[in-house]
Amino acid sequence: MSTPAVTTPSRWRALTHHHLFWPVAVLIALLLVNVPFTPDFFAIRMTDGHLYGNLVSIVLFGSPLILVAVGMTLVIATGGIDLSVGAVVAITGALTCSYISDQADQNALAGVFLAMGIGLVAAVVCGLWNGFLVARMGIQPIIATLIIMVAGRGVAQLITDGQIITINSEPYKLIGGGYWLTLPFSIFIVAAVVAVTVALTRRTALGLLVESVGGNAEASRLVGIRSRRIKIMVYMFCALCAGIAGLMISSNTSAADGNNAGLWIELDAILAVVIGGTSLLGGRFSIGGTVIGALVIQTLTTTIYTIGVPTQTNLVFKAAVVIVVCLLQSPKFRAKVLGAKGRARTTAPAEPTTPADAAPKMEVSR
Amino acid sequence: MSATTKTPAAARGRTASKPAQASAAARLLGDRRLPVLVTAGLFLAMYIGGLSRYQNYGFGEPQVFLNLFIDNGYLLVAAVGATFVIMSGGIDLSVGSLIGFTTMFTAWLVERQGLPLLLVIPLALGVGAFGGFLMGYVIHNFEIQPFIVTLAGLFLFRGLCLVISKESISISDSTVSSMAQTRVSLGLGELSIGALVALVVVAAAFYILHYTRFGRRVYAIGGNEQSALLMGLPLGGTKIAVYTVSGFCSALAGLLFMLYIQAGDPLHAVGMELDAIAAVVIGGTLLTGGSGYVLGTLFGVLVLGLIKSIIQFEGTLSSWWTKIATGVLLCAFILIQRAMTARKQT
Amino acid sequence: MAEPRPVLEMTGIVKEFPGVRALSGVDFRLFPGEIHALMGENGAGKSTLIKVLTGVHSLDGGTITLDGKAVRIGSPLEAQHAGVSTVYQEVNLCPNLSVAENIFIGREPTRAGRIQWKQIRKQAAEMVDRLGLDIDVTAPLSSYPLAVQQLVAIVRSVGHGDSDGEGSGTKVLVLDEPTSSLDRDEVLELFRLMRRLRDEGVAILFVSHFLDQIYEICDRMTVLRNGTLVGEHMVADLDQVGLIELMIGKALDQLEELHEHQLRSDVGETLVKAEGLGRTGGIAPFDLEIKKGEVLGLAGLLGSGRTELARLLFGADQPDSGKVTVAGKQVSMSAPNDAIGAGVAFCSENRKTEGLVPDLTVRENIILALQASRGWTRPIPASQRDELVAKYIKALDIRPANPEARVGQLSGGNQQKVLLARWLITQPKLLILDEPTRGIDVGAKAEIQKLVVSLSEDGMSVLYIAAELEEVLRLSHTIGVLRDRKLVAQLTNGPEITTSKILETIASGEHQ
Repeated sequence: MSTPAVTTPSRWRALTHHHLFWPVAVLIALLLVNVPFTPDFFAIRMTDGHLYGNLVSIVLFGSPLILVAVGMTLVIATGGIDLSVGAVVAITGALTCSYISDQADQNALAGVFLAMGIGLVAAVVCGLWNGFLVARMGIQPIIATLIIMVAGRGVAQLITDGQIITINSEPYKLIGGGYWLTLPFSIFIVAAVVAVTVALTRRTALGLLVESVGGNAEASRLVGIRSRRIKIMVYMFCALCAGIAGLMISSNTSAADGNNAGLWIELDAILAVVIGGTSLLGGRFSIGGTVIGALVIQTLTTTIYTIGVPTQTNLVFKAAVVIVVCLLQSPKFRAKVLGAKGRARTTAPAEPTTPADAAPKMEVSR
Repeated sequence: MSATTKTPAAARGRTASKPAQASAAARLLGDRRLPVLVTAGLFLAMYIGGLSRYQNYGFGEPQVFLNLFIDNGYLLVAAVGATFVIMSGGIDLSVGSLIGFTTMFTAWLVERQGLPLLLVIPLALGVGAFGGFLMGYVIHNFEIQPFIVTLAGLFLFRGLCLVISKESISISDSTVSSMAQTRVSLGLGELSIGALVALVVVAAAFYILHYTRFGRRVYAIGGNEQSALLMGLPLGGTKIAVYTVSGFCSALAGLLFMLYIQAGDPLHAVGMELDAIAAVVIGGTLLTGGSGYVLGTLFGVLVLGLIKSIIQFEGTLSSWWTKIATGVLLCAFILIQRAMTARKQT
Repeated sequence: MAEPRPVLEMTGIVKEFPGVRALSGVDFRLFPGEIHALMGENGAGKSTLIKVLTGVHSLDGGTITLDGKAVRIGSPLEAQHAGVSTVYQEVNLCPNLSVAENIFIGREPTRAGRIQWKQIRKQAAEMVDRLGLDIDVTAPLSSYPLAVQQLVAIVRSVGHGDSDGEGSGTKVLVLDEPTSSLDRDEVLELFRLMRRLRDEGVAILFVSHFLDQIYEICDRMTVLRNGTLVGEHMVADLDQVGLIELMIGKALDQLEELHEHQLRSDVGETLVKAEGLGRTGGIAPFDLEIKKGEVLGLAGLLGSGRTELARLLFGADQPDSGKVTVAGKQVSMSAPNDAIGAGVAFCSENRKTEGLVPDLTVRENIILALQASRGWTRPIPASQRDELVAKYIKALDIRPANPEARVGQLSGGNQQKVLLARWLITQPKLLILDEPTRGIDVGAKAEIQKLVVSLSEDGMSVLYIAAELEEVLRLSHTIGVLRDRKLVAQLTNGPEITTSKILETIASGEHQ
């Protein structure tokens, strides 16, 4: 993440000030790192009518994370956080798989749909509970969602009776492991969820109201925004996204593992949101940024794998990324370490007329 | 972690300035010791319940009680560290990873590098404390949320575990096994070294929190960080020290865990930070900071341990009920805390 | 009192913030053994002066002399060591610790690192006792009402010199609005303690919005206005009317063009009616009627209850008593939603904390209230939205006229206009403006006042709050006068109503 020289000021600056610039730059850099090690990294092959290639698999393996992170983005934008998504992933997978495994015909479409419905309803109920604790009871989000984070995995294991339930259902397999129109089916699901989320937030006024609640809760109350309702909705949506991710994960492995499904996905999701430029303090959010953030995390994993670094160092790299991103976003750090230079640059665009500054706080560079 | 502590003092004062003829119930709710008493009562009730139900299976043996300490000593130490952090209004997610890392680190040094245990122990403790110090330094100096910084710590230490080895390393060192098997007789039963160390840690934490300036500063910062600053207390030093203490305790817990399991494993203690935090909360420490007792944490750990042993005694109940019961208790205590803080607001 | 030398002397104090000169060459002196009131309205520079003295702000010019020695005060801690202690309205103590510990924390007596609790309790009890207070020092601070907490804060401040060698004892005690949420008995208790400390030779700087309290307890006062010193007087030499005149000042010439303006004379029937509306600690129950197209001005000093009255009418605070009817229908007023639904709009005096969402753009801030009332499922169509926003940006001359600009980067006047636009777009029946002209430049001030006049002509009712009496007098059909959290009079504007008449009413607090 080096700062490139400023050559053509205005256009370059407009570009670097775009809120997606740094996440995209990091993503591209990470992808390029692979090329010297795997020259055909970007190659995409067609085998048996399916597309294969590193880019496809990054999106495929990153799908559940993107889903969870998209839901998490809205929660974080309201100034909250949801630690329970991993547990919700496990519960949804467990419920759905255990229902399917009880069916006489595991391939019956009706049964599969009903199973998925049950799983998703359970997920939404978890979200409702979180939202209720946060918005109605006024409990801090980090604490309120801790409850399901702790108890949820127990519930998931209770559903699966501590076993790993394996199923053999072709229709269900499609969600996380199947192909459609040469591409993995889960990519379509992710695309649909992202599109729906963007439409839901930007085509309606939901996005504006969420950003307002997260940006200034008291002002929002005084303009008459029903912030409780919005918060509950957002937690339910986040849980729904986690539920879909749970379906995907269990479908991909054709198994429900109450203990390990979605383990640590909440942390990855929060990380993806932060990398994507949404502040943990709430307010402005960017769904696009989050998707890219999730892809960055997945690409990091893939890269470590392809360049031959032992895979076990994955977590160390991830820690480094977390620290670097957070330090660069910390105004204190920029002031202290980047010193006067950093400060001079931060003050410059503070002129009220710079339209690029309408972008959220993703000025990682400065 | 200070959203609810920022209640305008004026609003709080206004309700308080009404004649304070509070009802008995309200007075009880206002007593800071209430959560600890509730937890202690809960522990007693569970213990008595266990006695009446499993009397014939030897639940009444004093050793069953003492085993709670033997089996949960490491958790107790980790929870004491978490108590410091939570009391100051922060949170530490790196506890589990640091425990896992310590088991790997010591196992590797002792088994693979052949270093004597007596040298490895201070080294491991030093690494843990330094890790905590670094996190505290970043949290304070760059004003990044503790949640994120300790999340990075979580990844880092778990990653370092795997870097050391992907496989578990069992320890055959004679010092370790003899230490692990040493039992100190108490007349009624016996305790392991780990359990004794844990009890010493609790006593030391109690002393530090109540009888040193550092301990009182932890309470003050958790109570109201802004005030603490205006009162001229060294905010930064205290915060960094709190995370250092937590790192040290996690490393110590890791050593105890290694003694208990006699192996290092990269996946040891995954998610134990949640158990530690749950024990602290169930022990009555306010997650927003400023209120709580390390004795409460002791009871919190004992309650969690007792749930495990009751489930063992029951035989038909499966292990996941532990998690569910923990979650339910956590929920109950969070709601009690909420009722207590709500009373002080308008 | 003929003190030879002041204990504190501040000369030519200058403090600038980006775009604002908060203090321009203010002189201030404080004598030992006196209680000195610092008076001034919003933006006069009171709190800036105090913050410079207590080390919260650094100086941009001028000198501070303490006990004849020039000092530099860089932080609150340095101020304490120099002998300047401060007790704020919001008590800066730790509510979770005991009284004794709050008095001692940071300088606990220890032996071999062990805190000597017995000694702390004994000394704290002695200190409390010596000042004639009846407080159980072992109880947690939060178990006491705010008034007692304030007394404890004072004990901590003045006790500073007793127990350690670092400080030289408190010479100057700053009490920043300590009485604003105390009841009468609590105030008396505080005053007793203040007199006691004064008699021991401590110089006390006292800030309060309650004129009666100033005249009851203070010996001398300094009045600031717009960042300059307008006078230092013995309290006995200056009556209340004179003081208020000094604080509020004379008409501003720049606004003369508005004098030409005729107020709309034919106000309609009653729009909003409040009966017995009140809130403990906010404002005493009041009756109020606002007619259609009427501008009701509220006159009163800062802290007189004018903001509290407005907030009750908007449902921003929950009333303890009374009811509100809008256009004949009773409105519950349990939340702003209810008031907004009934056609009431409210621009808070705290633009930053209660008005703007600084991260959002001008456009988003403008449409926020309208959007909130439509609910999230019915977004305002983009074309209609842009048209509305453009219209109001133009009508109110918001600069930069860029709907994409982040509102946090606009100047105060333009931010205020954005808030006005936000509410005008909802076409309210009653618009409540709480100090809309505070902290903005003169040009914007005049524009906003003209806007109020034209809104009233179009039939909108306005509740207008301003610190400057001329402003209220010029714009209002009726003037509600507040004093000490009470609505004391409602005057119908006319030739016989002058600023001095209002001043008298504020000063005497009498019903007409």
